[in-house]
Amino acid sequence: MTSTTLSHDVHPVHFDAYGKKLGMWIFLFTEVLLFGGLFLVYAAYRFLNHDAFHEGSAELNVVVGAINPVVLLTSRLTVAMSITALQRGDSKRAINLIMWTLILAGTFMFNKYYEWYTKWEHGLFPGMDHYKELPAGKAQFFNLYFFMTGLHAIHIIIGSILLMVIAFYIKKGTINQQRYTYLENGGLYWHLVDVIWIYLFPLFYLII
Amino acid sequence: MTAIPQSGTYINFFEVKRGFMSWLVTADHKRIALLYFYAIMGFFIVAFGLGLVMRLELIAPGATILDPQTYNEVFTLHGVIMIFLFIIPGIPAIFGNFALPMLIGAPDVAFPKLNLISWYLYVLGGLLALSTLLFGDGPADTGWTFYAPYSVKTGTNVTVAVLAAFVLGFSSILTGLNFIVTMHQMRAPGMTWFKMPLFPWALYATAWIQVLATPIIGITLLMIVAERTLGLGLFDPALGGDPVLYQHLFWIYSHPAVYIMALPAMGIVSETIPVFVKKSIFGYKVIVYSSLAIAFIGYFVWGHHMFTSGMSGPARVIFSVLTFLVAIPSAIKVFNWVATLYKGAIDIKVPLLYALAFIFQFAIGGLTGLVVGALATDIHVHDTYFVVGHFHYVMFGGTGFAFFGALHFYYPKIWGRMYNLKWANIAFVIFFIGFNLVYFPMLVLGMMGMPRRYYDYLPEFTLPNLISTIGSWVLAIGLVIMLVNLINGRKGPKASTNPWQSVTLDWTHTQSPPTLYNFDETPQVERGPYDYRNYEQYLKEHNKN
Ligand code: HEM
Ligand SMILES: [Cu+2]
Repeated sequence: MTSTTLSHDVHPVHFDAYGKKLGMWIFLFTEVLLFGGLFLVYAAYRFLNHDAFHEGSAELNVVVGAINPVVLLTSRLTVAMSITALQRGDSKRAINLIMWTLILAGTFMFNKYYEWYTKWEHGLFPGMDHYKELPAGKAQFFNLYFFMTGLHAIHIIIGSILLMVIAFYIKKGTINQQRYTYLENGGLYWHLVDVIWIYLFPLFYLII
Repeated sequence: MTAIPQSGTYINFFEVKRGFMSWLVTADHKRIALLYFYAIMGFFIVAFGLGLVMRLELIAPGATILDPQTYNEVFTLHGVIMIFLFIIPGIPAIFGNFALPMLIGAPDVAFPKLNLISWYLYVLGGLLALSTLLFGDGPADTGWTFYAPYSVKTGTNVTVAVLAAFVLGFSSILTGLNFIVTMHQMRAPGMTWFKMPLFPWALYATAWIQVLATPIIGITLLMIVAERTLGLGLFDPALGGDPVLYQHLFWIYSHPAVYIMALPAMGIVSETIPVFVKKSIFGYKVIVYSSLAIAFIGYFVWGHHMFTSGMSGPARVIFSVLTFLVAIPSAIKVFNWVATLYKGAIDIKVPLLYALAFIFQFAIGGLTGLVVGALATDIHVHDTYFVVGHFHYVMFGGTGFAFFGALHFYYPKIWGRMYNLKWANIAFVIFFIGFNLVYFPMLVLGMMGMPRRYYDYLPEFTLPNLISTIGSWVLAIGLVIMLVNLINGRKGPKASTNPWQSVTLDWTHTQSPPTLYNFDETPQVERGPYDYRNYEQYLKEHNKN
């Protein structure tokens, strides 16, 4: 519907790329604080149960775990490249690179699934008998392990859906060389999800 | 239906589009403000009713109308609704949404659609909270604080209640984010940060707290959900967890949250007083900086809720000292408001009455806050009715009164009509008396040693409880008169565009009710927000109509 007011000379919906990015950054703060709360809990419980956390992390497979940061770091590269591609007006390549990012996200999730599945096979999964018998402290290590990596996995899924939607709109042309802020924002979110993993990985696998 | 504008007529935001659907898909900040208004008032009335029920139970010792378990559920639901559905969103989501863009000379907020999404999240959270009444073993009975380990063990619907709070937190974050970007990007030309009125400033400080503190409660509540549904005993001492850590996490959010409740109310008071005194606000910059200081220091005082939870001695002393620090900026504001009144041409109209009541009651709330903030005295009154009296003085006597003051203040701008001023005054007086009758006796009861969260009490506490219950009826009568008067006001006389003779943009440069994008042309700002020198001349030149 066309404007039905006398205030037609105020054009309210001009596209504010800077504002949109500002909004995204503020949103990223909230994500950092969401995980920040968990890092706090981790720090407190590690302090309370030092030896048990030591044993817990010895039970995780570092090699399998180390694949994932590499995968995610690569996916950050492809996302960053897709932004550059779009800025240069090559939307086909931009979409391709998003697809590569999604494939890497899938690889990450598959690896995660494999890790969790081995835990499952050992009865070390929340709700299973062996899990319930875990001694104090070590139980807390695995509680946090499953909670934090689980929450992170949910973020990977959300980020992937976001990138898919963005790819769709690039294809439609709504997101384009002039208006690429949404892709940038999607990329920012993806970088954040990865940065969180960069911290999760040493906390659970490396620190002993 | 499309109306065609003719010269000399204007089409206000109600008339732009008609029909129920046009409201459900609107992106107009004023309509979204009204959507919030109706939803929030609905929840307020429900929770108010629960308050009356509790007071009735406490009219005399022994069981009166509720059994203990029901009483626990009632005060929990009352607390959850009042906190998460009324007092936190109340002023920002309704009056912030409505007035913020107009106060800074903008056509809307930065993300109009996100604004609507926030409202839907609010409604979803509210419905989740109410749904706990309908199934399972009844609504949560933990108190609004959901303390572990009880919140993990109880069979009542804690999981859903906690998810409701999580969703509401998300809504609150998105509103805050929206406001921050709005203020950074959309101020009218000439409106520098220090020409921005004080209500936007208060919302700005609030928004940062919403953004930076809410995620902490979000994750904490998710941990409760994980513990209840997946069996991850994150706060279970038998597994190496620590229930006191839950309390820390809860209050890391919930103390800053009391400033999410208080700062917007202070903004309303700062906005109201100069208008009815026709004088520039005393110490504008000091009020700005004190808002920011409150937002900042407010992060570091949460431990004062846990003086009896077994923290170390030094930690308790530090938290107590910091609590005294955070009281200073609030006190500065009270000083500034009173100084603004000094030698002003005071025009006692309803909005000013509510603002004055705010100052009086907020001062009582603040001073009793020092009693509970001081380590030594808190040990005595912790978990007594003194605390219940204290926080109602702050939240209801302070923010609640500012809320209704804002409603009376913006009423003619929102609906373009004026309510009956005489009845509004009468309602105010009854409301004010009722309020103090309910809560002052609670302060006394707490000093006498009556614990909170019980459906019963010892016979020696009878008289103050009786007074408090009678007061709750007076309060209810005041509320009913106020609301009836406001509802009738919709058919009242047409209000002029600027009935209070304010010089801020929301009154001078817009119609009542405003048009869709508020301004005919983007206003140019030259004056400070409360410059009342020669204001009659200024208004003659600028007022609409
Ligand atoms: C702005 C309005 C109000 C707010 C923000 C508010 C908030 C709260 C909160 C957070 C609690 C604590 C619940 C808990 O312990 O978990 C509470 C308790 C209580 N409220 Fe309100 N309330 C408001 C209005 C009222 C009204 C209108 C009444 C009565 C007419 C009332 C009566 C009570 C009583 C009696 C308790 C104490 C229950 C107990 O500790 O046994 N409140 N309120
Ligand atoms: Cu506090």
